[in-house]
Amino acid sequence: MANIVRPYGDTLDDGKVQLSFTLPVPDGPKGREAARLLVLSWGFKECEVVNSAAVSDDFTFYVAYGKTEIGVDYEAARADTASEDASMGMDETCAFVKERFGRKVVIVGACTGFDAHTVGIDAIMNMKGYNHHYGLERYSMLEAHNLGAQIPNERLIEFAEKVNADAILISQVVTQKDVHVQNLVNFIELLEAKGERGRFICIAGGPRISNKLAVEIGYDAGFGKGCYADHVATFVVKKLAEKARE
Amino acid sequence: MKEKLGLSKGKIAEARSLASGIVAPVLDFIDGHTTVTVERATLRIAGADGADADGVPVPNLIVDQLRAADPATLEGGALEGGALVHYVNALIRTGGGTADLNRRIAEGYRVGSEPLGDREAIRRKGAQLVDIGLGKVKANRMQRSAKMEEWKGRNNDPLLYLIVATGNIHEDVKQAEAAALRGADVIAVIRTTAQSLLDYVPFGATTEGFGGTYATQENFRIMRAALDAVGEREKRYIWLTNYASGLCMPEIAAMGALERLDMMLNDSMYGILFRDINMYRTFVDQKFSRMINSYAGITINTGEDNYLTTSDAYEKAFTVLASQFLNEQFGYAAGLPARLMGLGHAMEMEPGIKNGFLYELSQAQMAREIFSEHPLKYMPPTKFMSGDIFKGLAMDTMFNFVSKATNQGIHLLGMLTEAIHTPFMMDRYIAVENAKYVMNSMESFYDEIEFAKDGLVVNRAKEVLSQTIEFLHEIGEKGLLDAISTGMFAEVKRPKDGGKGLEGIVKKGNNYWNPVEEALKAGLGLPGRGRDYSASSAGDASSAGVAKG
Ligand code: B12
Repeated sequence: MANIVRPYGDTLDDGKVQLSFTLPVPDGPKGREAARLLVLSWGFKECEVVNSAAVSDDFTFYVAYGKTEIGVDYEAARADTASEDASMGMDETCAFVKERFGRKVVIVGACTGFDAHTVGIDAIMNMKGYNHHYGLERYSMLEAHNLGAQIPNERLIEFAEKVNADAILISQVVTQKDVHVQNLVNFIELLEAKGERGRFICIAGGPRISNKLAVEIGYDAGFGKGCYADHVATFVVKKLAEKARE
Repeated sequence: MKEKLGLSKGKIAEARSLASGIVAPVLDFIDGHTTVTVERATLRIAGADGADADGVPVPNLIVDQLRAADPATLEGGALEGGALVHYVNALIRTGGGTADLNRRIAEGYRVGSEPLGDREAIRRKGAQLVDIGLGKVKANRMQRSAKMEEWKGRNNDPLLYLIVATGNIHEDVKQAEAAALRGADVIAVIRTTAQSLLDYVPFGATTEGFGGTYATQENFRIMRAALDAVGEREKRYIWLTNYASGLCMPEIAAMGALERLDMMLNDSMYGILFRDINMYRTFVDQKFSRMINSYAGITINTGEDNYLTTSDAYEKAFTVLASQFLNEQFGYAAGLPARLMGLGHAMEMEPGIKNGFLYELSQAQMAREIFSEHPLKYMPPTKFMSGDIFKGLAMDTMFNFVSKATNQGIHLLGMLTEAIHTPFMMDRYIAVENAKYVMNSMESFYDEIEFAKDGLVVNRAKEVLSQTIEFLHEIGEKGLLDAISTGMFAEVKRPKDGGKGLEGIVKKGNNYWNPVEEALKAGLGLPGRGRDYSASSAGDASSAGVAKG
């Protein structure tokens, strides 16, 4: 059954939305009216521009409230939960690996390209982990190699080949001008050119990465904010078991 | 400035003396070596500029060709070493000016192809080039001082420091103008993601960068002109900041000195820890770059704040203080006066800590009292900023409060959207308004407030100072290089012979010749061999500092 929901201010279905944005115009009544018309053009039924302030001679910052009648069917929304599963903790994962594969699972990770952010990949991989969730290095049945940051895609692949990795983890934190997408796509292209895409489970992660994005550009999964080693380990070993069955 | 913490003077002196002992052996290594970028910085000050059709800068062409022909060329054993001697020799041989020679080099002429001519003529010509180059630097320094004197008292206190980072210098200009018009005193153009690992400085104006904009001399010029125009309009000096860091530290310092930048991010260890640049390389480069900065009256900013992104700010507070002491000693060794040392620190404790605000206040006050003449660069919360921008704004407000309450010198404004993207124009607006509101409303706070004698704030500061001394003892026993390689800073381990740029280090031979270095040392009153080629002394090093008494 459909369940149509709308933004809530202080009364059900009042449709109140708070907005703020900048326009490349000088501050004044004309600018405020332009801002109001702009908000209305987005489908809002009412709009009140509650504040405008000159950011410079030619730019103005607006705060506005809009009222919308448009709703969404909550029941129809499908969350992408592929990377939400953290059902197996460290001990369970290790027991699973021992039983299913009878050997250590090898995982290689790095923050690639010119990206120098290590804290994210470290949170997933380092012994001490993050927010009281141990990292993959502590898992006795995983052999985890964290290559650190600023690692060229070529070097990561070379290393993964050398240690015969089961899974490759890539962190991308800088996203300006979609540099992360270019970098992630380049990695997959390199693997494909070598005919090795099927050889590794490929995982992308970072604060602006979603599973949806990662899968679209050829990864097995993507992990974003709030993820821990538990999520990644669960995904990798389940996926590996699936691959083994195929 | 009123002291409030009752810190032991003896302990502070002990920490300084430990730090001085730690940097001493590193300084010995530094003085015996040059690097490819030190050579290129030297060439740049002497007039080398431009790039070939592939974008390879002229200073790189010169140094690379000399090294490729004979790796010993730069050292100076039997023959004069250093790149400059060949550039000057070629200048004499070709008979034109530097612009003409630069063009020829860009078109394929090799300065190393000429046998070295009359040495006395080379020395004379070299001295003349150094005079012209450093003369420009001195003129810039005087222009800065004059403008600051003219517009005295019109800057905010602390200086409000804002970042622009669009990747496109022309967009940066718009953002910077807007920020300055709203009240920013300092504009920092953040460098693009990849630049610190480039062993050359790109040439010309640039419009393509990721997370920042290329530092190029032309970009410096463009931004300088724009900020000067806003300054004239507002009757307020607008400081321009860039990054003398990465593999080209000294060259960027040289370009900044030539284009009148006012501040440079310039840490003695940041490149090692956060960019994986070889430690020997960084140590040699940082000294030369700091000598240039000092000569140019440029205020440096150090990067201790970064430690707290990989270490816990509460637990590892002492590493920040220890690094400040080390940066200070490296700074003095490069001729930097305290008033040009914007030692860094940050408000990065986990916001959920009970009394976290008091600990932050304590840390900031402690830095203020220990480094009483240094401007101190205070950095906002970044690590614990999140998608909850409203909470983020509250955190930034607390930060503004601490900064004013402890009389910091350079205040980098926090952005409510820190966790999401490089700042939008409106984010900066919100930040400036917030800071102006907080700081105006507590203008005289510093003089009004004291801390309880045996209270949390006072005791915490004493504890951190004691921990710092212990830590410095440990480093002293190991040696700085081993301390870094075992992860004692920022919990990052860097092997001594690892990292980028190691191959760019050159041992100086007996005949190494660098009149720029000699002139800088002479001007800064630093010990060194050779005679002073510069016309007059730089000992007065401009009144540009933002030191607090
Ligand atoms: C710390 C930090 C730094 C430190 C990094 C130190 C280090 N060794 O990592 C330093 C100071 C060096 C730094 C430098 C720069 N930074 Co920075 N930095 C940050 C900061 C403050 C925190 C990042 C962080 O550590 N978060 C904590 C970790 C645990 O979170 P996380 O990375 O999201 O990781 C989690 C998930 O995303 C996921 N995850 C991450 N990676 C992976 C990988 C896999 C495989 C998996 C499964 C999961 C996963 O799991 C983690 C745990 O949940 C952010 C702002 C912020 N608050 O987010 C800016 C930020 C990321 N930096 C930014 C920028 C632009 C830079 C610079 C480019 C600036 C410059 N021009 O110099 C440089 C980078 C230079 C380079 N070559 O990359 C921007 C990025 C903007 C964008 N969206 O493009 C941010 C958002 C700041 C901003 N608003 O401008 N930075």
